[in-house]
Amino acid sequence: MHEMGIVLHLAKTLTQTAKEQNIVKISHVTLEVGEVSGILTDYFSDCWDYFKGRSELLKDSVLEVVTTPAVTWCDSCKKTYPTVKYGRICPYCGSGETWLLYGNQCVIRDITAEEE
Amino acid sequence: MKVIELNESVTESNDRDAQELSSQLRGRGILLVNLMSSPGSGKTTLLKRIAADFAGSPKMAVLEADIASDVDAVRMEEAGVTSVQAHTDGMCHMDAGMTRRGLEAMDLEGVDIVFLENVGNLICPAEFATGAQKNMMILSVPEGDDKPLKYPLMFSESDALVITKTDALPYFDFDIRTCEERAKKLNPGLRIFPVSAKAGDGMKELEEWLKAAVTEIKREK
Ligand SMILES: Nc1nc2c(ncn2[C@@H]2O[C@H](COP(=O)(O)OP(=O)(O)OP(=O)(O)O)[C@@H](O)[C@H]2O)c(=O)[nH]1
Ligand SMILES: [Mg+2]
Ligand SMILES: [Zn+2]
Repeated sequence: MHEMGIVLHLAKTLTQTAKEQNIVKISHVTLEVGEVSGILTDYFSDCWDYFKGRSELLKDSVLEVVTTPAVTWCDSCKKTYPTVKYGRICPYCGSGETWLLYGNQCVIRDITAEEE
Repeated sequence: MKVIELNESVTESNDRDAQELSSQLRGRGILLVNLMSSPGSGKTTLLKRIAADFAGSPKMAVLEADIASDVDAVRMEEAGVTSVQAHTDGMCHMDAGMTRRGLEAMDLEGVDIVFLENVGNLICPAEFATGAQKNMMILSVPEGDDKPLKYPLMFSESDALVITKTDALPYFDFDIRTCEERAKKLNPGLRIFPVSAKAGDGMKELEEWLKAAVTEIKREK
């Protein structure tokens, strides 16, 4: 299960960051997820809500998932186009020689720490 | 309240664990190779062949990662190779922590090279660092030469691409040249080895590359 795996990694990264910065409680986390990261955001949020209860640091936190668009580059006609709408085939020239430029990332944008 | 900008990957802490594991193994002169591919592409068959050809020099061991079974570890043991089965407990990939625990359960005395047979899947394993110094992926001829277009990340993350089951080329529309071009576009430094683990073609070049990587690790130790 991909989502649960990523939730575990997210929790671990947050725990480590909190330790380094002397944070004891996190109230909000903004996660930036690309449209084609393969992460199902609803399912991801469910996994998060299930998991966060186990951690003092995270149990009252709210997870905000921001989805960002995916863009593909066509190597034949040197144009870019929206990945989700057209997929692998370039809508301008019909070429299949295309590469994802961005849209598969999963990045922690920021966290809100409650102060003592 | 205080907002802290992080802009760091979700897998940041795993990346750190992986780096630590990698340098510890290096210090012991052990090369860890992360082997990734789709299910059934021929990972276990390839490893058995390599084990037979190496015949103890360099000494190899295999960490089999599977969601639940231990069939592959048994196959490796039958081939006379030290092997441990790590279960990922339903997870679609191995991460550095799981790899470390798997290695701790192994007798690595005198071992020069450990292969991690990752979970069969072309997506998830590429996203999680394991601590391996080399990433090697297998693409088998029946899967098709369009895989670099569909699963670019794994091709970008790999040091070597093994195109296996070349004995089956006459039966499939797989063009090695096209596949190589597509893969090189994603990763110009990628080493590509077409082999047949069944017939033995091309195995020598791949094994030379692996031996050279072992030598390099020992030199840096
Ligand atoms: N013709 C041919 N068949 C092969 C070759 N290598 C593997 N096979 C066959 O492919 C099938 C799968 O091989 P495995 O080695 O079990 O593949 P795997 O990647 O370890 O499979 P999982 O661990 O289940 O993902 C078996 O039937 C093998 O005999 C090859 O070089 N040529
Ligand atoms: Mg196998
Ligand atoms: Zn185009």
